[in-house]
Order: sequence, then structure tokens, then C-alpha cells
Amino acid sequence: MTEEATTTTSAGKRLPLWVIAVSFAGLLAFLTLIAWGLHRNQAGPIAIGQKVPPFSLTTFDGQVLKTTDYAGKVLVINFWASWCQPCEQEANSMEQAWQVYKPGGQVVFLGVDYVDTAPQALAFMKKFEVSYPNGPDLRTIISQMFHTTGVPETYILDQQGKLAYVKKGPFMSVAEITSVVDGLVK
Amino acid sequence: MNRQDLTTKTTKNTKELKGRALIKSLGDLRVLCSKDLTVWPSIIVTSLALTMLLIMGVKVAAAQAPTPSDDDVNAVARELYCPVCENIPLDVCPTTACAQWRELIRQMLAQGKSKEEIKQYFVAQYGDRVLAEPPRSGLNWLAYGLPPVIFLVGVYLVYRGMRGVIARRPKPAVTPAGEASAGPSAQAAADPYLTQVEEELRKRE
Repeated sequence: MTEEATTTTSAGKRLPLWVIAVSFAGLLAFLTLIAWGLHRNQAGPIAIGQKVPPFSLTTFDGQVLKTTDYAGKVLVINFWASWCQPCEQEANSMEQAWQVYKPGGQVVFLGVDYVDTAPQALAFMKKFEVSYPNGPDLRTIISQMFHTTGVPETYILDQQGKLAYVKKGPFMSVAEITSVVDGLVK
Repeated sequence: MNRQDLTTKTTKNTKELKGRALIKSLGDLRVLCSKDLTVWPSIIVTSLALTMLLIMGVKVAAAQAPTPSDDDVNAVARELYCPVCENIPLDVCPTTACAQWRELIRQMLAQGKSKEEIKQYFVAQYGDRVLAEPPRSGLNWLAYGLPPVIFLVGVYLVYRGMRGVIARRPKPAVTPAGEASAGPSAQAAADPYLTQVEEELRKRE
């Protein structure tokens, strides 16, 4: 009688096998998901020499520019915002540098407006007479891809589409820009 | 002049008088028409002016519509986060970028856009991460579904554990009167050996 009672008690403690299996499967799936998310978030920025994945930029005037269309050209990608003071210091230099390379057609400048509002961005561009293509970083996809840490930041891709140079902070002069870009134009 | 001639003459005079009156009326009408022709432009001008005033009045009324208050703006802003200043709700974020966002919200509210429309605009521009709550779609459902599931599983496990503890606990010895006794019997209840002894004794009685 006592033995029977003990058996019943120990059987009552045990969970059904399918519950245990489902619990473990759920836990495993959850941990896998977390691991994948962490891996994605903690993946480092694009390294120098690494191929930059293609992306597109919708300019303020509605044009869709794809980086694949600029294969074989040096690409200067400048992240900026109208609320960013250092971007104001840099804006003139960027525009002047663009004027240097525009006739040659071997270098393309793209301005990526980060977390900004269109009216202020357009006012900024008008104020500094920015003429190279510019557009908002919609859904912050481009800045997430480059793992930007702030603005201004400039990423320069060589003619093979590989990241050749990163500038965190403003370029202080046109010469500073041209010294980098000239070395990449062949 | 006989009666018939007189009647005929009277009728003729009456007709003549009516005819003259008609001619006079027509003449007056012509004068009036000619006067109206000179009046029409001024009527048109006046009508146009009134219409313009009416339109301007509507525009002025629209322009004088109350601009959204800070509270209205913050009601939307507190559900948004600017990616520049992480973990700070937009309604209390002091940066210039956030001030611009709040101004944009004010403009959109003034245009009659709803809170949801404004949030959708910000999501389209800056991504899902601007939302205080993740959108209920895709893998985001895990954030909403897992906590209650884990809670329910926990409740079930606690329930089973408690039931096991209760099942394992030895039943208190019962006195012949059918009441749980205190003292030595209670001690026996806590000790399986004593319980067994008591059961054996009970069998022998």
C-alpha cells in the first residue's frame, strides 16, 4: 500500500514528455533568434577594403539613385543633417570639391540626410548651395548599413566599390577631400 | 351719335389709352434696360468683390484656426523616439533634431492629420525604431506573445509543484473522534516511521 502511494506520488511529479519536448524546442528557437539578432546588431561596420553592399538613395526631387549605376566611379557618400553644426562647416568644402570633380565624371558625390526633416534639409542645401544629389536616409537603412556613429561622416568607395576611406567628423578643407579622392581616381 | 357709336368710340378710346400706356411702359422698359446696361458692370464687380471677400474670409478663418498646443504635439511625440537620442521620448528630448520633429508634428496636426497618420509618416521616414511600441507584425509578435506564454507556463509549473508537495505531505493522524490530534500524533504525522508504527498499532486494535 505504501509502495503504491510512493509510485503515484512520483508519477504525479513527472511532466508529460511532449510538454518537455515542446518546451525545449521553444527555448532553443528563442535562443537561436536572440543569437541571430545579437549577431546582426553587433556585426561591426564595413571594414576598409570590404565591398560595400549596393543600396539606393531617393533624392529630395524624387530621383532614385542606385550605387550599382555608378560602377567604376569613385563614390563619396556624405552623411549630414541640418541640425548638425559641424555639417555646416563642412558643407562649403563638400560643394567645392564636387565642383572640382563634376566635369571629369569619374567621381560621384551623394549626400545622405540623416534623421532630418525635409523643410530644414532643403533650407540647409539652399543656404550652402549644395548641388550634388542629396536625399533622406529613408528608414535609416543606409546609416545602419554603414554603422554610422553620428554626423557628419563620409565614406569614400573606390572604383571597385570597396570602402577606401572613412572620415568621422567634418572635412576641414577642400584640399583634405581632394587629397583622398585624387588617390583613388585612376 | 347713337348708343352703339358711343360704345364703339369709348372702346376705341380705351384701346388707344391702353396702347399708349403699353407704349409708355415699353419705353420705360427700354430706358430701364438701357440704364441696366450701364449698371451691370457695377453689379458684376460688386458680386466679384463679395465673392472674393467671402473666399478671403474663409481663408482668414482657416488661418485663424487654433494652432496645435504643446500638449497636442506632446501627445503624439511621447509615442515616438528620435534615433539620434536613444531611449529619450521625443516629447522630452532637448536636441535640435527633436525640436524639428516636434515642429513637424505641429505642422501635420495643423493640416488635420491624425496621430496614426503622423506616426506612419515617421515610420516611413525613419523606420520602426522611432516607435515607442514595436509594430504588431512579424517577429515583433514575440515581444507581445512570449511574456504571457512564459507567465502561463510558470503558473502551470508552480501549480504542479505545489500539487506534488501537497501529495507528498503525509496526512495527519486521525483520532477515533475523527479530528486531527495535536501532540504526539502530530509528531507522528511528521515522521514516516512513527506513522507506520501507528498504522500497525491501529491494525492490531
